[in-house]
Amino acid sequence: MAGSGKAHLRPSSDPILSVEDLVVEFKAAGRESIKAVSGISFDLIRGETLAVVGESGCGKSTLGKAILRLIPSSGGSVSFEGRDLLALPDDELRQMRPAMQMIFQDPVSSLDPRFSVARLVEEPLAIWARGTVEERSKRVDELLEAVGLDAHLVRDRKPYEFSGGQCQRISIARSLALEPMLLVCDEPVSALDVSVQAQILNLLQDMKERYGLTMVFISHDLAVVKAVSTRIMVMYLGKVCEVAGPDTIYAQPRHHYTHALVSSIPLPDPNAPRVRTAIEGEPPSPANPPSGCRFRTRCPAATDKCAVEEPQLTEVAPGHFVACHHPR
Amino acid sequence: MGIVGESGSGKTVMCRAAMGLLRGGNVRSSGSVVFDGDEIGNLPSADVRKYFGTGMAMIFQDPMTALNPVRRIGAQLAESLVIRLGMNKKAARDRAAELLALVRIPDPEATLRKFPGQLSGGMRQRVVIATAIACKPKLLFADEPTTALDVTVQAQILELLSDLRRDLNMAMALVTHDLGVVANHTDYVTVLYAGLVVEQAPTTKLFTSMRMPYTEALLKSIPRLDQPSGGRMPMIGGRLPDPTNPEPGCPFAPRCPYVQDRCRSEVPPLTTAADGHVYRCFYPIGGHG
Repeated sequence: MAGSGKAHLRPSSDPILSVEDLVVEFKAAGRESIKAVSGISFDLIRGETLAVVGESGCGKSTLGKAILRLIPSSGGSVSFEGRDLLALPDDELRQMRPAMQMIFQDPVSSLDPRFSVARLVEEPLAIWARGTVEERSKRVDELLEAVGLDAHLVRDRKPYEFSGGQCQRISIARSLALEPMLLVCDEPVSALDVSVQAQILNLLQDMKERYGLTMVFISHDLAVVKAVSTRIMVMYLGKVCEVAGPDTIYAQPRHHYTHALVSSIPLPDPNAPRVRTAIEGEPPSPANPPSGCRFRTRCPAATDKCAVEEPQLTEVAPGHFVACHHPR
Repeated sequence: MGIVGESGSGKTVMCRAAMGLLRGGNVRSSGSVVFDGDEIGNLPSADVRKYFGTGMAMIFQDPMTALNPVRRIGAQLAESLVIRLGMNKKAARDRAAELLALVRIPDPEATLRKFPGQLSGGMRQRVVIATAIACKPKLLFADEPTTALDVTVQAQILELLSDLRRDLNMAMALVTHDLGVVANHTDYVTVLYAGLVVEQAPTTKLFTSMRMPYTEALLKSIPRLDQPSGGRMPMIGGRLPDPTNPEPGCPFAPRCPYVQDRCRSEVPPLTTAADGHVYRCFYPIGGHG
């Protein structure tokens, strides 16, 4: 699995974000380097939510940070609104920043504990000198109300006074302050309880409609992803396995890895047929990935061809792309 | 037995208290804990300790912090074998290797010489499980054993725990916030809310005819693969009540879709239905009976 290819790109649909052959490397001990993201391409059409799914260490968070150029990439291109972010000089990149924002996984540690809620949400507006002090204060109240917090009650409190779910609401208010076009959410609900998780997912959907956002939604939880996404990209060891719409990918996963992920989810129904573990073991080290298809060491359908030749993304049904020599 | 509830519902505190791990000036407790016929709730810490390992053992949520980072896996595993079972070092080491094989760690001999930092989260959790079952406990508390793990690894660990429970004839209390985990790996379920038991029933019965509005809301808020994509998810509004400032009445009343006046003034008693289903509600789903 884990192949390359650009068959799934849609240049004719005027994508807001287009990523091609993106490579991100980290230096490891000695002269080794680890390719966390190894030649990934995808695009996003305005108003779409692309979910990026995979296990820990597959490179999904690295990908999220690299497209916003929060970490340096070592190859490829990221075109946002028609401009290549990776080639942009620093000052021009800075001017693009308000249009692209990020929400991080841990809502508590991503907020400065010494700041009041009002100051946290106002900070981006103050940095960009948007409006007068009074206008900014009014805007902070609007944002807090929009994410479901009572502005008068919470303005002067500090983050530690809030639960994880409420902190995530504050983070969302903060990320929306500058009215971004693109929002990258890195595991925004992984640290939250199921009941709170549903609240935050619904809030993100509301915000998306209200502010016309385009989103990249990074998560390891396929069930969460299904509820929010318009397109899903499954990653394994820095490569793309499968790209499809949410209903297709769960009903008919064609990649063996996607199938394993889907069948590993515990269903809240004791009468559902028990599925034994679909795959054994854990992903190999990205420092020394398997040749050919990267999933072949755990794949039930692997053949000699998989060790030699890297599969390319091909369209197996309209809008459904798989990188596998032997799709299910 | 599965123990389910949101963060702050008291799942972990209940297990720790049952094991006598909650002691100290700021803890006040009452009630009794009977383990294997012995009352252990009021024993001093040193005496409760005698039950650890061979009687009760616990698996903690975070495999990253449950192991000592500066000691080799072999030494950590052998420790309880030497202390509890009086094995000599050589025998303990051999047994440690067997235990690692039992929790399906490939190449146990090499793993014995490694430090926790050299292992992945899934492998570390296997080591923690091996440590917990080392002295063949009769009762194993597993406190969110898979919450920190990936879904594929979670499936492997849950299967491992189910197999070990059967093979070693252990009782297991599986603490989790995930009803999906409970549905497939337990015989009996206890649901906690705000420090109270709110529902108790055999697993199949709980899922087919739940009586507590809270359990129903919890189940509905889980994103399901068989639901169509897009659209809004059912959710429980609000949050857990503030434990330092409890309001009168049923603790779930402010969030309950079926709330009535009586719920706001009186705490419902724990009721046992004729079929053994236990619940805490004045107006259970499907009525009393």
